[in-house]
Amino acid sequence: MAIPISYNIRNLKLRKGLTIMTALGIALTVTTAVFLMALLAGLNKAFKSSGDPINVLVMRKGSTAELSGGFDASLFPTLKTLPGIAKDAQGEPIASGEWVVVVVLPRKDGTGEVNVSVRGLMPAGLTLRPGAKLLEGRWFTPGQREVVIGNSIHNRFSGTNVGDTLDFAKGQWKVVGVFDSGGTSYDSEIWGDVNQIAADFDRQGGYGSVYLRATDPVAADALKNRVSDDQRLKLEGTLETDYYEKQTSSGGPIKFIGTFVAIIMAIGSSFAAMNTMYAAVAYRSREIATLRIIGFSRPSILTSFVLEALLLSLLGAGIGIALTLPFNGHTTGIGNSLTFSETVFSLNLFGSIPVTFPALHFNHVVIPALSFSANVLATSVLFALVMGLAGGFAPAWQAARQDILTSLRA
Amino acid sequence: MTLTSFVRKSAFRNKRRSILTVLSITFSLLLLTLMMTVWHSFYVDKGDAQSAQRLITRHRVSLTENMPIYYREKMRTVPGVVAVAPTQWFGGLYKDDKPENFFAQFGTDPAEIFKVMTDFKIPDDQLAAWQRDRAGCVVDSELAKKYGWKIGDRIVIKGTIFPMNLELTIRGIFTAPQPTITVYFNQKYVEEAVPFAKDRAGTFGILADSPDDVPKVAAAVDAMFRNSPEPTKTESEKAFQLSFINSLGNVKAFILSICFAVVFATLLVSANTMAMSIRERTREVAVLKTLGFTRQSILRLYVSESITVALVGGVLGCVLAVFLVMVLKNAPGMGFFFLGMTVTIPTFLLAMFVAAMVGFLSAILPSYHAAKLDIVEGLRYTG
Repeated sequence: MAIPISYNIRNLKLRKGLTIMTALGIALTVTTAVFLMALLAGLNKAFKSSGDPINVLVMRKGSTAELSGGFDASLFPTLKTLPGIAKDAQGEPIASGEWVVVVVLPRKDGTGEVNVSVRGLMPAGLTLRPGAKLLEGRWFTPGQREVVIGNSIHNRFSGTNVGDTLDFAKGQWKVVGVFDSGGTSYDSEIWGDVNQIAADFDRQGGYGSVYLRATDPVAADALKNRVSDDQRLKLEGTLETDYYEKQTSSGGPIKFIGTFVAIIMAIGSSFAAMNTMYAAVAYRSREIATLRIIGFSRPSILTSFVLEALLLSLLGAGIGIALTLPFNGHTTGIGNSLTFSETVFSLNLFGSIPVTFPALHFNHVVIPALSFSANVLATSVLFALVMGLAGGFAPAWQAARQDILTSLRA
Repeated sequence: MTLTSFVRKSAFRNKRRSILTVLSITFSLLLLTLMMTVWHSFYVDKGDAQSAQRLITRHRVSLTENMPIYYREKMRTVPGVVAVAPTQWFGGLYKDDKPENFFAQFGTDPAEIFKVMTDFKIPDDQLAAWQRDRAGCVVDSELAKKYGWKIGDRIVIKGTIFPMNLELTIRGIFTAPQPTITVYFNQKYVEEAVPFAKDRAGTFGILADSPDDVPKVAAAVDAMFRNSPEPTKTESEKAFQLSFINSLGNVKAFILSICFAVVFATLLVSANTMAMSIRERTREVAVLKTLGFTRQSILRLYVSESITVALVGGVLGCVLAVFLVMVLKNAPGMGFFFLGMTVTIPTFLLAMFVAAMVGFLSAILPSYHAAKLDIVEGLRYTG
């Protein structure tokens, strides 16, 4: 027969101080883990949800990111005539020649400068990204020094409201709109006319990348292969989704550090939980013996104490998640000033910090929002339960194995 | 029995509990020490004296933009400038695109780069051999060690930014005060193969006369190109490196919040243990008082007991951290993140101080209550 769980709850309540202190220790570990996971989830989301399965990204062969590369503009008409490209209302193939460049903008709170991606695109570039929706203002006009701002940048940098002017490259740019692409990496970009951008960055006569919109996923696959296989072009086609999928690996260091920190803290907390549970067992050794005499079996005592440890860790998880609640509003990224968010995620960059000449190898500049998804929360509860189990099993085992007579005499 | 041995004995009277507490503190302090080590290498380590004499000039727009090479000769005219060397990031791949095989490759001028990087040591004959071979390169000694490269070896680097592959012969191996994971080659090699690279430089490294000249030189260089189509931004080498760390986000707040969480969690654990173990000894306290121990001495006994436990955990944590940093330095997949990082003496002392403070704070309240205890009440206590 199982010992009722209310017995454990009453016991935890009886020694309030001890319970709360141990639970708080677990809570802090859970809070840290939740934050790290939320950051990682936000980053993954930015990359995973970016890209459209029927968009084909064309870059120079050997180029690993849109930022590194570039090819002659004369190849653009050839690309445009490839079969399988969707046509717009005017019967023109939907293809956009683009440049991605990096500029340095000052942060809103005045704590230094941050690298930001600027994308120059053709009007067709807007057509092939239907996920990007205007929040305010209008899109840029081709031929004008106008830019529209991704939502994440709008929230974090000053002078990015409609009507403001931004100063980068060779002069002033008028902000005419703010757009949102639903948490994808485009939200961390500034968009403008490709010719204007190319002129300002001395990149006329070429494109860094070309986007083609296929009629359907099958055509996209064929289109991608056709581009890559054409020996004359020396170009490589990638499905936009595959491209961003590959970029998620740049979250590697954050993932490593996050896991590392969480595991070490969890080990520490498990020891603490073990301490508490051993104390609980020691205090109650006569009680346990009595339970045995009444007829509760060893397994039911074991289960009962393990359950008590799990309850303790659940309490910890509850408090830990509650501690992250004030930051929950930050999922939307509206008006937030959350720390550790403007982030250049690039493995290579990250890998070379102690280098005398720090390495420059931008892959993608992304500002992830913290994403407290159900998934993150569920994982953190599981994480806490594992801590509880690790800390609670040995003491529970001891409780179950106790000799009845000696315990009664104690 | 002396007071010290009394403290030691009571600290470990309940062996299992003390060991668990020590272990819990060990892991927290391990994390704290690691975080402080990262902090130290990012923000405290000023680099060597020569580094303080160097500046880096980049395009004002961002690091991804290039500048014309003739800027170099104009920079030389600035008072206080001793040497100027251009560098061009190549960003190529060695073997594969795995991050652990990533290192920096810079195209530069073999005649002058070592005049700017004065703290890089290279034998004269190797430098001369490199200067003679346009397809030659010099490599960092740490990098050579990692890949087992020797002088005369050939390495092929696949271009990603530039549409070409570098086929380089290693002519020299240099040692830097901090590992740089860098390969330097002659920029002419790229310029000859790729037209758009001709007469361009990604950054300029400048050696100033003295560290005091650095701000003056930076201002003068930037002023010189302010109204040109391609203005520059010049800053000290340290500031340049810091801008990289800052671009990763608010790393400071990130590290600080982890440290805070760790310390607070440790405090909870340790306070918990002390509360438990002091409550258990209520009768013992009463006996001690009967024997004539004063409140102060009882307070002191318990506080030092708690500090002892915390310090044992702290020392273990630091030792583990030193060990872990050593392992991580050479771990595959870590890139070069931990290279050049060591747990310094100040970091160690700070960690010890934190451990002692944790011990002190966690014991102060329960010990105070114990010291105040009424003797008769205490003797009656049954636990």
